[in-house]
Amino acid sequence: MSNEILVVVEHDRGEVTETSYQAFGLARTLLSAGVGTSITAVVIGAEADALAAGIGSYGAGLSVLVHHAELTDYAPEAWGDVVAQLIASRAPAAVVATGTDRGNEVLAHAAAIADLPFAANVTDVSLADGLGLTRVRWGGSLLEQSRLHAPVYVLSGSAHTFTGEPSGDAAATTEVFEPTLDASAARTRVVDRVTLAAGITLTTAAVVVSGGRGVGSADGFAPLTELADLLGGAVGCSRVVTNNGWRPHSDQVGQTGKRIAPELYIACGISGAIQHWVGMMASKHVLAINTDNEANMVGKAEYAVIGDLHKILPAVSDEIRRRRASA
Amino acid sequence: MVELRILVCVKRVPAPGARITLTADHQGIDAKNLGFTTSPHEECAVEEAIRLVETHGGSATVLTLGAVEADEQLRYAVSVGVNSAVHVTHASLAGGADWDAQATARALADAISSLEATDGAFDLILFGNESADSGGFQVGVRVARQLGRAIVNGIKGIVVENGSVTAQRESTSGFEVYQLALPAVLGVKEGLNLPRYPTLPGRLKSKKVEVPVLTAEPMPGGLATLSFDNAAELVVETTMLGTGPEAAPAIVDLLEELGLV
Ligand SMILES: Cc1cc2nc3c(=O)[nH]c(=O)nc-3n(C[C@H](O)[C@H](O)[C@H](O)COP(=O)(O)OP(=O)(O)OC[C@H]3O[C@@H](n4cnc5c(N)ncnc54)[C@H](O)[C@@H]3O)c2cc1C
Ligand SMILES: Nc1ncnc2c1ncn2[C@@H]1O[C@H](COP(=O)(O)O)[C@@H](O)[C@H]1O
Repeated sequence: MSNEILVVVEHDRGEVTETSYQAFGLARTLLSAGVGTSITAVVIGAEADALAAGIGSYGAGLSVLVHHAELTDYAPEAWGDVVAQLIASRAPAAVVATGTDRGNEVLAHAAAIADLPFAANVTDVSLADGLGLTRVRWGGSLLEQSRLHAPVYVLSGSAHTFTGEPSGDAAATTEVFEPTLDASAARTRVVDRVTLAAGITLTTAAVVVSGGRGVGSADGFAPLTELADLLGGAVGCSRVVTNNGWRPHSDQVGQTGKRIAPELYIACGISGAIQHWVGMMASKHVLAINTDNEANMVGKAEYAVIGDLHKILPAVSDEIRRRRASA
Repeated sequence: MVELRILVCVKRVPAPGARITLTADHQGIDAKNLGFTTSPHEECAVEEAIRLVETHGGSATVLTLGAVEADEQLRYAVSVGVNSAVHVTHASLAGGADWDAQATARALADAISSLEATDGAFDLILFGNESADSGGFQVGVRVARQLGRAIVNGIKGIVVENGSVTAQRESTSGFEVYQLALPAVLGVKEGLNLPRYPTLPGRLKSKKVEVPVLTAEPMPGGLATLSFDNAAELVVETTMLGTGPEAAPAIVDLLEELGLV
């Protein structure tokens, strides 16, 4: 076993995704725990060669540039093949990525080919009998303590857990690796893209007015939309709402919906089930509006108003308009 | 019209409410007072399989690896329109204990191979992107690799046409499009569709349907769960801003204070 930690750098057509740098934070955490002695970045596809220079500052002494005619756009199987071939040829101590859609997918492929275990969404590591791990379950509401025994540790870091900041200004040396890929490796390559219009979205809005079962119907969302529009915010909702077809799934907040962190989250008629809470717990402030003063959301929120959302929200919109008119 | 044979892999998981309560020894979730459900991404996989069969003809089958009780989730899938169900089990799964991802994937892939040996290949196999409870993000990929088939995860749109499947995956700016020749495997996410509810004839059929039970031997991989803890929760002092519409000025005061009006 060599003492390298391989970091799979995630990029989209040559642009590094910000969260990807957090994988170097996980790699540095592994180094401090006593796993490995050096960090090597893996940059897949020649279109990303330009990235390699900047990567040294994240702690990588070496960047492996992976070149092959089939590596033109993101292709999960081909990327997985590349990482598995690097595992076989370099015998690293560990391989890590950030636990994004792509990060988890590529590591799952590599681990499947190499017949290694893979631990997704790790938040902490310690050297024990094997490797001691903490990883998230249930979308973040439960932490699992586990033990990993493997010749190569394959791990993804839970997003926004490890720091993605550069720590020095050393430049990485580079080396080119040419994997063996046949045309079928690219059978799952991105073949097209659909771009949606940008605007204020649920993930970028400073205020989110969110509704649950208490809203009662699709039409019942009118006062939520009205308030969100007045505040330049966005509307969100719980899974009960999307299951009833009152709002599209793109509005859903929670374990199987979006993770958001607005300045203010206004939870209207939402009970605060754990699977909803994990989607909005990063909000700076939470205001609960609920008829039940014992609702979980009321207990957990920083601010609460008890009562019927259908009466309260229109009164809030009126009050905003009144103050704006007299200002 | 070319008919489709579709398989969906589903997992039985607890449905906790406000907080996940652990057993005293922190070895599992205290499920005494909990209901159980199918992982949400997989409910959408089941719905998609039914819709594809409605459009193209053919059949949809559900497969699970789980304790005896997981029969409930298989029959639920039949009650919404799936044609048949297969249950893989082992004594060590009693009480909802989990096998690790490597052992789970091996057992599922072996079961799929034996089903295909008797009835022919599945054109499309659907998985959830990740299971709700263990969130391993890998069982579908491992099964696809063992079967030698192409797989893409994170899918929120599926169109089958002329022997291939066009699949859409959400990205930060919209959607990425993939095109795979059948037979293929996809990992899907909630939002793909809106799952239907059971019908009365469906319920009756689900009670009567024969569910073949296969056994598998666990072959544990290298990742072992030791214990669980609840994630740290911030304890906040809730400030009550009032009751009913009379609280509106207090709410707008707060909005002003936070600089949001
Ligand atoms: C694996 C899994 C994943 C899940 N993922 C998600 C997810 O991503 N997002 C999500 O939201 N859920 C998710 N859920 C579902 C979750 O467990 C809850 O069922 C759901 O969040 C409850 O939605 P709710 O709060 O709108 O409804 P309820 O729990 O029914 O709460 C309704 C609330 O409205 C209040 N109310 C009623 N009338 C009024 C009124 N007129 N004015 C004010 N208040 C009123 C009630 O007091 C109550 O508190 C998931 C579940 C599972 C099992
Ligand atoms: N015990 C199981 N039985 C059937 N399918 C499963 C099982 N465990 C996982 N899966 C499938 O594999 C997907 C990914 O699971 P995981 O790797 O645990 O996140 C799930 O969404 C299911 O479709």
